[in-house]
Amino acid sequence: MNSLRSPLRRVTGLGAAGSEAVHHWWMQRLTSIALVPLSVWFVVSLLSLPGLDRATVVTWMMQSWTVVLLVLLVLVATWHSQLGVRVVIEDYVHTTGTKTLMLVVVTFAHALIALSAVFAILKVAFGSAA
Amino acid sequence: MSRYTLVTSIVNRFSGLLLSAGLLLLVYWLISVAGGPKAYSRARALLSLPPLQFIYWGLLVAFCYHLLAGIRHLIWDTGHALERSQAQRSSWLIGLLTLALAIALGLWLVRFGGHAA
Repeated sequence: MNSLRSPLRRVTGLGAAGSEAVHHWWMQRLTSIALVPLSVWFVVSLLSLPGLDRATVVTWMMQSWTVVLLVLLVLVATWHSQLGVRVVIEDYVHTTGTKTLMLVVVTFAHALIALSAVFAILKVAFGSAA
Repeated sequence: MSRYTLVTSIVNRFSGLLLSAGLLLLVYWLISVAGGPKAYSRARALLSLPPLQFIYWGLLVAFCYHLLAGIRHLIWDTGHALERSQAQRSSWLIGLLTLALAIALGLWLVRFGGHAA
């Protein structure tokens, strides 16, 4: 009742202020800023490895810093990716049914990618990978 | 008309989509590491296939471009460098820096004997 937003405005959920659009914009920026150092760290560390044989990779992935940064990278990157792909779908797909279906698939796929990656990273980190 | 802004915007989106697809390769690789030596050697054989080398180069260029264009977007968000002439100059700068960065990282990558995985 104390809200300055009109009932109609609240029902339709349109307009910028206080809507999901602001949140989307802000998360896109936050994840962008985080990904600058995280992605550069990832590429540089990967290229700095003496080789890509499994023993070398596992040794690298068992270092504490690698675990923390790799989990962060995967989570922030999938979030950023999900936000970006969503905008592309919203901009180019104009059939409501197809659009909704694609948004659902893309969101689920990103959740699956993020969790699978985190699980794999932790499995290696805790030495439970065969 | 300022067509270069159109091009840089589309390329930024396209490189972003390519990197999103790259996340699939990354997660497949991570899962194979966790899956043990057998799973890893199988994944490594698959990821070393010649056609995929083109994709790695594409991902490398996409990464360089998206990183630089993204940094420009963050600078734009602070209200700087928004003039048309500045945007045009930064577009060229991003193109050149992408090329330089991709070549530098690519040469570093070739150290793995052409097998990025």
